Amino acid sequence: MASDGTYAGYGGRHVPEPLEEPLAQLAAGFEEAIESEQFWEEFEHLLEHYGGRPTPVFYAETLSERYDADIYFKHEDLLHGGAHKLNNTLGQGLLAKQAGKERLIAETGAGQHGTATAMVGALLDLDTTVYMGRKDIQRQEMNVFRMRLLGAEVRSVTRGNEGLAEAVDAALEDLVENVDDTHYLVGSAVGPDPFPRMVREFQSVIGKEAREQIQELHGDLPDACVACVGGGSNSIGLFDAFRDDEDVALYGAEPGGKGLSSGKHSAPLSENEDSEGEIYQGAKTKVIDDDTENHSVSAGLDYPGVGPEHAALQETGRAEYRAITDEEALAAFRELSESEGIIPAFEPSHAIALAIQLAEEDEHDTILVNLCGRGDKDMRSAAEQFDLTPTSE
Amino acid sequence: MSLEAAFADEPAFVPYLAAGDPSYEASIEYVEALARGGADAIELGLPFSEPIAEGTTIQEAIVRALDAGMTPDRYLEFVREVDVDVPLVCMTYYNLIYQYGESDGPRSFVEAAAEAGIEGFVVPDLPAEEAGPLRAACDEFGLDLVFIVAPTTEGDRLETMKEQVSGYVYVQARLGTTGARDEVSDYTERSLARIADWDVPKAVGFGIKTGDHAERIVRAGADGIIVGSALVDIVAEGYENGDSTEVVADRLEAKARELKEGALAGAPVEQ
Ligand SMILES: Cc1ncc(COP(=O)(O)O)c(C=O)c1O
Repeated sequence: MASDGTYAGYGGRHVPEPLEEPLAQLAAGFEEAIESEQFWEEFEHLLEHYGGRPTPVFYAETLSERYDADIYFKHEDLLHGGAHKLNNTLGQGLLAKQAGKERLIAETGAGQHGTATAMVGALLDLDTTVYMGRKDIQRQEMNVFRMRLLGAEVRSVTRGNEGLAEAVDAALEDLVENVDDTHYLVGSAVGPDPFPRMVREFQSVIGKEAREQIQELHGDLPDACVACVGGGSNSIGLFDAFRDDEDVALYGAEPGGKGLSSGKHSAPLSENEDSEGEIYQGAKTKVIDDDTENHSVSAGLDYPGVGPEHAALQETGRAEYRAITDEEALAAFRELSESEGIIPAFEPSHAIALAIQLAEEDEHDTILVNLCGRGDKDMRSAAEQFDLTPTSE
Repeated sequence: MSLEAAFADEPAFVPYLAAGDPSYEASIEYVEALARGGADAIELGLPFSEPIAEGTTIQEAIVRALDAGMTPDRYLEFVREVDVDVPLVCMTYYNLIYQYGESDGPRSFVEAAAEAGIEGFVVPDLPAEEAGPLRAACDEFGLDLVFIVAPTTEGDRLETMKEQVSGYVYVQARLGTTGARDEVSDYTERSLARIADWDVPKAVGFGIKTGDHAERIVRAGADGIIVGSALVDIVAEGYENGDSTEVVADRLEAKARELKEGALAGAPVEQ
């Protein structure tokens, strides 16, 4: 990354003038914090005692036998809250507290990031407001209840597609109004600098731990790492530690919705590998085409853009991104539940499906998958998809 | 007429509308009505599907214009067709300027805009540090580049803007996305003080709703006023009520007159 927050020409900070200076200050505060021993002590203490880190790596025996490859899962679903999101919200929450902010705002799709923000708001005594698209409020109801119970205000966003992208817009507008006392706790590695590098820093604990754990368990590095990519935070958190390991291939699973050719998906990297990108929500990155309908079965993945560093990793060839359809993800969701007794969230189900695809292609012997969230929040959708409600005869 | 000249004789009134809101034809009439009402320059928004952190008023205007088929090429046609004799400033997002045409960077769009009759640009999401290519293209085609100074703008960036600005500087009088306010912010004077030594006219915007606001802002030292949401509200209301283009144009002209007269009333009396 260049010092101005660009990655091979992607990224940067393209925001209205009122946000330029506050974001520059945030960047300075972040740079100072990550040099400070005291910050790391506090952060790591909370990750361990509040969050439950380290999360284990698990060898999936049944799947491994079935697909003739060693498949390992980074059990990030075991983190407090049920997804990787807490790593980032703790880090940014501490920064906000240090900067004297009184209020946190966040966008959320699946509600996992909103929940993780609400938890940290409660923990650090910061007033919390979460923007969530109306469509997502309906399909991720359980997380809405959790956020409210944690004391956060959930504001329904009704414009446009009523999803994650619109929630980001609403949060940015709130920030412009209230930047004096408010920190926008961005939930993924997206948006203007310094958010992508901040989120990566706080999520990189995933890959650091996993890299050691798998060497201990397996005796060697994996041949491939796989993670799902919404905005790209759990994936960059896993990839970062393996970036210099040339023999480890990196794969991102994008939400292919009803298929790339259907025009209904949220897979900008797969759709626009050769385009030069555009400025979207504060940074230069890849975005789905105007006439593509933003869609995924997973509320945490249906975002039209992607973190700028992923655009760069694709362009330089360091990582490969493939679109996984709703149907493939749902099949993997069911398969993992039955074969390993782990119900994953719909988001990492995309990564599991891609890992299975790679195993079937027989190119990699050892595959490490980031199981970045648990499936409780998706039970209602799953019940509908798989007809799980018992019918009275 | 050059942009700076629009501020030369008296306090300038600079209205904003989104081109093509709610239709191409009606919007032409509306822009012409503003000129009749006393506009000294007009900020003509080129709608972009992903405006960042715009208030809902302007965002809805952009959606109406896009739904009615506005595109960069239609916009240039609009600029050629609209019959006003005051300078037009293109207000849009960097993405559109950057993606247009064959050239790498902003040059193609700046050239096309200059040919169509645009006199300058305001680009809210263009970081001053990255303005070089756009500044160069504007110089090449004789256009001005206006910068927005916010209450949070400080230090090096203020200097970078000062070096590159031309036409006028857009002083955002208070924090917040564009939305008409009931009160004139006390940020005005402080904001103006920070750029007192800039040698371009200073136009204050964001939140001006009435002739009275205009008067107070000019009295606080502004060389001109920029008004967006209060005018877009009139377009929106007319659209929702199904009022005729003529009726809405008359309301805009009357509002423009009120704002211009307010600005004039705030001007220091010549001795
Ligand atoms: C469990 C889970 N995984 C993944 C994501 C996608 O985000 P990212 O790509 O930033 O990891 C989300 C977002 O809500 C999520 O809840």
